[in-house]
Amino acid sequence: MSARVWRRPPMIADPRLRWGLSLAVVVYLILAVGSLEVNWQRVAEGLERGAAFAAALFTPDFSSRGADILEGFLESLAMTFVSTTLGLLLAVPVAVGAARNLSPLPVYLICRGFIAISRSFQEIIIAILFVAMLGFGPLAGVATLAFASIGFIAKLLAEDIEAMDPKPLEAIRATGGSATQTLHWGVMPVVLPRLVGVSMYRLDINFRESAIIGIVGAGGIGATLNTAFDRYEYDTAAAILLLIIAIVLLSEYVSGFIRGKLR
Amino acid sequence: MPVSHANGQPRWRRRTPAAVLLAWLGWFAVVAVLAFSWQFISERTIWMFVTDAPSQGADLLARMLPPDWAYTGRLWKPLWDTLNIATLGTLLALVIATPLAFLAARNTTPALPGLRPLALLVIVASRSINSLIWALLLVMILGPGVLAGIIAIALRSIGFIGKLLYEAIEESDAKPVEAIVATGASPAQMRLYAIVPQIMPAFAGISVYRWDINIREATILGLVGAGGIGLELMASVNVLAWGRVSMIFLLILATVLASEWVSARVRAAVT
Amino acid sequence: MSLGLLRLEGLSKRYGKDAPALDDVSFSLDAGEVIALIGPSGAGKSTLIRCINRLVEPTAGRIWLGDTDLTSLDRRSLRQARRRIGMIFQEFALVERLSVMENLLSGRLGYVGFWRAALRRFPQADIERAFDLLEQVELGAMVDRRADALSGGQRQRVGIARALMQTPDLLLVDEPTASLDPRTSRQIMRLITRLCGERGLPAIINIHDVPLARRYCQRVIGLRAGRIVYDGPASALDDSVLTDIYGEEDWDNQETPAEGSEEDVAESEA
Repeated sequence: MSARVWRRPPMIADPRLRWGLSLAVVVYLILAVGSLEVNWQRVAEGLERGAAFAAALFTPDFSSRGADILEGFLESLAMTFVSTTLGLLLAVPVAVGAARNLSPLPVYLICRGFIAISRSFQEIIIAILFVAMLGFGPLAGVATLAFASIGFIAKLLAEDIEAMDPKPLEAIRATGGSATQTLHWGVMPVVLPRLVGVSMYRLDINFRESAIIGIVGAGGIGATLNTAFDRYEYDTAAAILLLIIAIVLLSEYVSGFIRGKLR
Repeated sequence: MPVSHANGQPRWRRRTPAAVLLAWLGWFAVVAVLAFSWQFISERTIWMFVTDAPSQGADLLARMLPPDWAYTGRLWKPLWDTLNIATLGTLLALVIATPLAFLAARNTTPALPGLRPLALLVIVASRSINSLIWALLLVMILGPGVLAGIIAIALRSIGFIGKLLYEAIEESDAKPVEAIVATGASPAQMRLYAIVPQIMPAFAGISVYRWDINIREATILGLVGAGGIGLELMASVNVLAWGRVSMIFLLILATVLASEWVSARVRAAVT
Repeated sequence: MSLGLLRLEGLSKRYGKDAPALDDVSFSLDAGEVIALIGPSGAGKSTLIRCINRLVEPTAGRIWLGDTDLTSLDRRSLRQARRRIGMIFQEFALVERLSVMENLLSGRLGYVGFWRAALRRFPQADIERAFDLLEQVELGAMVDRRADALSGGQRQRVGIARALMQTPDLLLVDEPTASLDPRTSRQIMRLITRLCGERGLPAIINIHDVPLARRYCQRVIGLRAGRIVYDGPASALDDSVLTDIYGEEDWDNQETPAEGSEEDVAESEA
């Protein structure tokens, strides 16, 4: 019997498409890498600094700028709490407006549009605008994080409301309940546990974000960190980074615990 | 069932008295923290500026409209850089995160003690720090530019991809693993034949999902000097050229929507 | 007891502080002999065959394959010994997202290096052998079909072919019919016993379906709570023996295979 050959069939059957795609990928990579303008001399100098920073991670300095660090973290935490609460309170009406089964079309479109805008832009971009309007400081940060939280929470909540079983709603309407009564008795009990879970999750995100919007002047630990980097104070920067990691882990653990309890 | 007996009559309450007390304490704590936080923020706010905010906002809006369309011509190169930062950063992260995920997954980690906790530590550290902070760090080390952006994106993505991938590995079916081990295959061959085919869809989905997120993040890395369209944004904000700023916003919005569309299409195709 | 190809001497397995899953099991298997291992769920059938290729580490006892003591091997020699032992699984245990051919070739992994396996560059002899086996299990047209596109019976035939790709000296078969309908079950049992017969390949078949065991195997070993309670010809498997193995029951039911096997599927999966 003649030798029977076997080759693994290629993932893309059409050879022209296969070679075309491969070629496109290779060309893109060459162009992309080619357009990197890297100052290798600067990079070589930087490696030394990198090593110094890595070493600093093992000798973090919490005390030299202790007051600044404390102030920054308190500001971050205060911004996180206030903005999450504010975002939550404002997200509920927006979510109801963005649920097609509860709202008329014009309201629906406006609320959906608001959610889309709030979700498309990074927090730090929104922060730039709020800093321009409200001046430097944590209030701009609160406005930023609240704005982003509204879009985030309202979207998830609206999806929940839309996925709800319509029968209990009809039953309440049938007993002659008003719109607010429908919301209170028909909608809230269903979405409340989920709302708490989403808020915990958003609290976590808001803390992480509060650590960076300080870079554009919106308060929080980000400004302190930025200053530490600018002054090449590696030990202080390392201390701040380690604290951020610790708080993120702690909040992740706590929010996971609470969400687990609610399930 | 929280039923108490008062005057020989059973009385039903939704919660036991202790639970009620605890709930009140909880609410009190939340309100106290909020009040304290608000006071803290209020002290650090110059309220004169805030009362001015509506007119400031209106002024800002007026200056942003119309967007400076002519400025678009100068934005293509930064946009190309942004795309490269996201794509090359994602690729770099995949190369590092994949072996890391195999070290971190309970069912594929080598027997060497300490290796798994180390892999998990790397994943956690990478995940906890925003790419903008990584960029801040890298700009300080490597100097401003696209390279810092690529590495910042990669450093943040390693933890994200590593975590989702190692969870996918841990969820993979153990039966083929047992079968491949029973043929006398080496541990490396077992991973290649029994695990890798199982996680391929997850791998593709996670990669594209993260690429989509990275496009968004790459648009702002320039704010700290790490290349891309954010550099132009920062420059325009600094000179208060709000017509340019709104143009950049529009371009960012379009890019983000496009990458979201691509990512959704690809993810729908692989799952 | 004759010195067979496979000898188990005082094999025991204990998980933690529980009652032993296997308790002092000894028997031997001659070349070309196909035995059925029967017993209720939890009797230790699955543990027993997994102890033989050490997917489960035995607590005590020795296992001889020819003149190799499998229990004493280090990891490297164990891998080499495993190449000589083919295994067929209850739920097929194929790699679902690989093609039929790749699943077959995975039976040769013990013989090729990492990169050959990664690039799917197996020796021509392995390819030839895979095509031959696919003909024998009547899946010639399915070479590049993905395993998850096959029916249950077809998947199990891929599983059989994968085990035979190893050119094994011994076949371990774990509940080959538990996931199949009664008709396919009989086809699969017939195929396994035929292929073993043609090769003079000894096999241990774990099976909960007594009529199937009786029909396709000459020798039966009955396991109850980790101990051998019967070892003899299938023809001598009468009601009193079955009661020893499974406990009291009206065994007339067992004469109607289709019904009986379905009941057993439900029981073993419960």
